[in-house]
Amino acid sequence: MATTKMTATVIHQEPIGTGIFSMQLQAAEIAKQAKPGQFVNLYSKDGSRLLPRPISLCEINGEAGTLRLVYRTVGKGTEEFARLHAGDKIDIMGPLGNGFTMQEEKAILIGGGIGIPPMLQLAKELSQQSVEVQVVLGYRDETFLDEEFAPYGTVYFASEDGNHGVKGTVMDAIREYGITGNVIYACGPTPMLRAIQAYALENGIVAQLSLEEKMACGIGACLACVCKSKEKDHHTNVNNKRICKDGPVFFAEEVEF
Amino acid sequence: MNTAVTIAGVTWKNPVTVASGTFGSGAEYSELVDLNQLGAVTTKGVANIPWQGNPTPRIAETYGGMINAVGLQNPGIDLFTQRDIPFLKQYDTRIIVNVCGKSVTDYVEVVERLGDEPVDMLEINVSCPNVKEGGIAFGQDPKALFEITKEVKAVAKQPIIMKLSPNVTDITEMAKAAEAAGADALSLINTLTGMKIDIHKRTFAVANKTGGLSGPAIKPVAVRMVYQVAHAVQIPIIGMGGIATGEDAIEFIMAGATAVSVGTANFHDPMASVKVAQGIEEYMKRYGVEDINELRGCVE
Ligand SMILES: Cc1cc2nc3c(=O)[nH]c(=O)nc-3n(C[C@H](O)[C@H](O)[C@H](O)COP(=O)(O)OP(=O)(O)OC[C@H]3O[C@@H](n4cnc5c(N)ncnc54)[C@H](O)[C@@H]3O)c2cc1C
Ligand SMILES: Cc1cc2nc3c(=O)[nH]c(=O)nc-3n(C[C@H](O)[C@H](O)[C@H](O)COP(=O)(O)O)c2cc1C
Ligand code: FES
Repeated sequence: MATTKMTATVIHQEPIGTGIFSMQLQAAEIAKQAKPGQFVNLYSKDGSRLLPRPISLCEINGEAGTLRLVYRTVGKGTEEFARLHAGDKIDIMGPLGNGFTMQEEKAILIGGGIGIPPMLQLAKELSQQSVEVQVVLGYRDETFLDEEFAPYGTVYFASEDGNHGVKGTVMDAIREYGITGNVIYACGPTPMLRAIQAYALENGIVAQLSLEEKMACGIGACLACVCKSKEKDHHTNVNNKRICKDGPVFFAEEVEF
Repeated sequence: MNTAVTIAGVTWKNPVTVASGTFGSGAEYSELVDLNQLGAVTTKGVANIPWQGNPTPRIAETYGGMINAVGLQNPGIDLFTQRDIPFLKQYDTRIIVNVCGKSVTDYVEVVERLGDEPVDMLEINVSCPNVKEGGIAFGQDPKALFEITKEVKAVAKQPIIMKLSPNVTDITEMAKAAEAAGADALSLINTLTGMKIDIHKRTFAVANKTGGLSGPAIKPVAVRMVYQVAHAVQIPIIGMGGIATGEDAIEFIMAGATAVSVGTANFHDPMASVKVAQGIEEYMKRYGVEDINELRGCVE
């Protein structure tokens, strides 16, 4: 598998929530080798913004050579991307990172906020392998992507304001609905991932957690994006793993964050 | 057309290398960049033992640049010599190993260990805090710089490049101290100490509070320092600081650099180093320059 830097073409872009955008890209070289949980780096056209913006793959269509990204505008870089229209070009690099390890076991997919997008491609691929898929989605208030998971499994919701599903966090939803499974796949804010890590370790459930950190190279060379690892890492030779290269997905017992 | 340059007796096929710490040991980038097209590969700093580095966040973007406080995380010289040097030996490029340490003896140990390794040059990063002398970097005190250069030269089997810090009042004083102690070449500049505050979180943008500023934002400072140093010493200079294009590289060469390094630009474009080498050739063709060495220091 080879990482590719290329100029992709925007096929379609639309807002799907307040400050949440869904962008379809034509990027065949990347799409044909990508898997769920991997990400791409997006590059700004403005020379004042040098560093790439890492964004997870929400959907991958290897045959059509397309990628779908769903992202929230938080600063100048994502605001620039949100202004792109069909036909516009954008430099991207990928696929980056390890992605999720597909396990043929009853699955609980947990997405919190802007951690929800990578769960969609994962849900699709797991259901294609006839894995029993349960999806737990956590929102602050407004929902997005919520209706797209239905074809792939049973979907549960939690929201902070209680307007959608259980009032509270994804962990509250898991308890309230008595959701059980053998493997957890999760992406979302750090406090959520910490709670899932503790829950998985206590209950002896396998959990794959997708972590985030500020990145520069995105390919494992600069050591900007590390997290602490329980064991000495074979590459770095210290107790640090590179989130961009060895992750972003780690097993719960591997990392401290 | 000649693009080859010779630094301390070592000939590079072109005057472009990558700046230490931005390119690992080349393995990750080799998927995207043909390392054979570089004059040299300069590795991430390596110490006598593995270093854990700083807490995260280690980097922050700034206008036209970035701040980093990676803290010289490195796997230590043992794994480095087993894995990284053999990897680089597969390519037709010069190998420059960047060395860091917390005391003079740390540096000397690494330089000695590298003596019998097939590497072409050693670059000594004196921006590391000297733990024994209360944390002041070796590169900020001309006496300390003279001492460490002398000690390193005494054991080195490869030419020594002393990498100068810009965080000093007069960089020519540092350059002269390194030259007087026997340095074979100089590289400059390392990063400028900076700070960024996240006003939304009311905290420092990098966990270390301060970090090194790099990227196009620092280029004019770097060009000025290369020019000053070129007029203060006789030994060759590898210029760096914000180089992203062939034109940027030409500027450094005209200021007096023999070769250049591409650092932060690799993060915006992994192919930046090779594009800089190509851009230099394009400039030479455009102006009918037969030999890159003609341009060195051409602005007096
Ligand atoms: C592996 C990975 C996958 C991601 N996937 C998604 C996704 O699918 N959808 C989505 O909306 N967001 C995702 N993010 C977060 C996204 O990268 C940031 O929101 C984005 O970089 C912000 O850029 P900006 O210029 O708008 O913000 P600014 O705050 O102006 O960015 C300044 C700098 O900080 C970096 N930065 C800011 N926030 C983050 C962050 N949370 N993580 C890492 N770097 C950050 C930027 O890349 C840039 O270098 C992901 C992050 C990682 C590490
Ligand atoms: C992430 C990062 C890591 C660095 N690590 C090292 C290092 O290990 N040793 C060193 O001598 N310089 C290190 N530097 C400094 C660069 O080699 C270079 O001197 C500086 O960044 C200026 O060049 P640039 O603007 O092209 O990046 C590092 C710079 C960056 C951005
Ligand atoms: S971003 Fe450079 S090592 Fe991860």
